[in-house]
Amino acid sequence: MAERRLIPTAGLLLVAAVLYMTLGAGGNWGFVLPFRGAKLVALLLVGVAISTSTVLFQTITRNRILTPSIMGFDALYVLLLTGVVYGFGGQAYLDLPPQVLFLFNVVLLVGASLLLFGTLLGRAQGDLMRLILTGIIFGTLFSSVTGFFQRLIDPNEFAIVQVSSYARFTRIETDLLAIASLLVAGCLIVAWRLRHQLDVLALGPKAAVNLGVDPRRGQLVVLTLIAVLVSVSTALVGPVVFLGLLVVSLAHLVTPSAHHAVILPAAAMISAIVLVAGQTIMERVLSLATPLSVVVDFVGGLVFLGLLLKGLRR
Amino acid sequence: MIRVDGLSYRIGEQHILSDISLDLPRGGISALVGPNGAGKSTLLSLIARLIPIQTGRITVDDLVVGQCASDILARKLAILPQSDDIAPRLTVRELIGFGRFPHHKGRPGVDDRRKVDAAIEAFDLEPLQHRPLDTLSGGQRQRSLIAMAFAQDTDYLLLDEPLNNLDIAASRSLMARLRDLAEVNNRSIVVVLHDLNFACGYADFLVALTAGRIGAMGPPSTVVTSQMVAKVFGTKAPVIRVGDRPLVQV
Ligand SMILES: Nc1ncnc2c1ncn2[C@@H]1O[C@H](COP(=O)(O)OP(=O)(O)OP(=O)(O)O)[C@@H](O)[C@H]1O
Ligand SMILES: [Mg+2]
Repeated sequence: MAERRLIPTAGLLLVAAVLYMTLGAGGNWGFVLPFRGAKLVALLLVGVAISTSTVLFQTITRNRILTPSIMGFDALYVLLLTGVVYGFGGQAYLDLPPQVLFLFNVVLLVGASLLLFGTLLGRAQGDLMRLILTGIIFGTLFSSVTGFFQRLIDPNEFAIVQVSSYARFTRIETDLLAIASLLVAGCLIVAWRLRHQLDVLALGPKAAVNLGVDPRRGQLVVLTLIAVLVSVSTALVGPVVFLGLLVVSLAHLVTPSAHHAVILPAAAMISAIVLVAGQTIMERVLSLATPLSVVVDFVGGLVFLGLLLKGLRR
Repeated sequence: MIRVDGLSYRIGEQHILSDISLDLPRGGISALVGPNGAGKSTLLSLIARLIPIQTGRITVDDLVVGQCASDILARKLAILPQSDDIAPRLTVRELIGFGRFPHHKGRPGVDDRRKVDAAIEAFDLEPLQHRPLDTLSGGQRQRSLIAMAFAQDTDYLLLDEPLNNLDIAASRSLMARLRDLAEVNNRSIVVVLHDLNFACGYADFLVALTAGRIGAMGPPSTVVTSQMVAKVFGTKAPVIRVGDRPLVQV
């Protein structure tokens, strides 16, 4: 039943993509198509990366309120980037190709998240309040340490960091597109192959063991995927705190299903629709009156509050 | 046969289980009894590899728990844990369907669907099968969870306090169903019970744990006496005999 709604969702995404490419192009196709095409690819990558990492995170933590960005994964990425720039000095850093730097950051984030969140999830299993509090503390801690480093480094170096520190959809880092596509594709393949095991992991650790799925191993694999996906989205457009929560909540409404085979593609398409259609409206219709990330975070923030209050009342 | 050999378990300085060795016979119902905190759930969790073994060795037929692949053991042994907050949004049918996962690994076939239907029927869940778990009563939920373990269709079935929340009719019908499984299908069932009379009425073998040690072991008709109840549970309850069966008066 729910899976039948995937087709109209895909149709909607197609319409949004076509509108994004063509609206107000003014006939100059030779320039417009490659220029907008690259941005469209970036938006799709970011959308899929954020929705998938959110679904995966909610599966291993067994809740529908927390997301990687709320738990401070994005903030940790920016902190690591800042730390590396500060440690190496901006110039040495700039001399390396951006793809190498990016991969270096991905590896750092994977290591750091396995270390931090791996131990945290092992301990706080099922304790939602503890996870929420830790997430808030992590987020604040990471951004204040980042702020501290950013005051120490000189303004030219700061420019490198700044790109990743604030959410933006208008200026997208397109030189990372190829490597980002590869990483996202790899993560999606792994997640898809794990889809049935993810369904089992969502039942909780005891039930998973009983059904022959190792929850600890699942957690570590999923944390690695999340770290890679968050690196991609943060490197491309910066941190968008509430997009994941918004689109995954929508996906659970549109296609309610216990199966990741349904919820993963549904969330990915809804996420892409929100970004592509939102950006079309912002850029072409409203001529950039407000950045899209502000709107997404405002609406997503309301959803977060709503879910939190509902969750606490239960 | 489930063979437990020299099993000890501690949390920090506290000894939860101390040097337990026992054989649970193949085929039939074994009841595990004992006061609160005696270590019954810990023993069951160790056998079902829900918690890692510290000292000692457990084998289920030829499989060594902790060493054999987890998904192979999942086709041999199923457990109903004492408390588990399994996904509340699942429907009864979806939940029971997950019991088949060790066999189909995500791609259910005709046979799997048949076994899910059978489990739903065996526990009278037809009218509830499309209801989400969080809309069920405690007893209905318990029945669904047992049905999931039942659908797993394993030689060994470990049930931790399955009678929790069940009324007398559901309790008797569950125990009768377990007897049936043991006798007709030659399954081995280990069940934690608090009501000694249910143990006497339905079990072939009884193990009484007290403070992490074995207090008594054997067929219920010979093991359950007022001295044993006094020793294991520390309460003086008269035990009378009705026919050849002991009856604990409460
Ligand atoms: N995580 C833990 N930390 C500390 N002690 C624990 C922990 N888990 C269990 N225990 C202790 O281990 C002992 C055995 O617990 P267990 O759950 O096996 O008892 P039980 O026989 O199943 O009791 P009940 O009949 O109440 O279910 C208890 O004294 C309990 O307090
Ligand atoms: Mg117990």
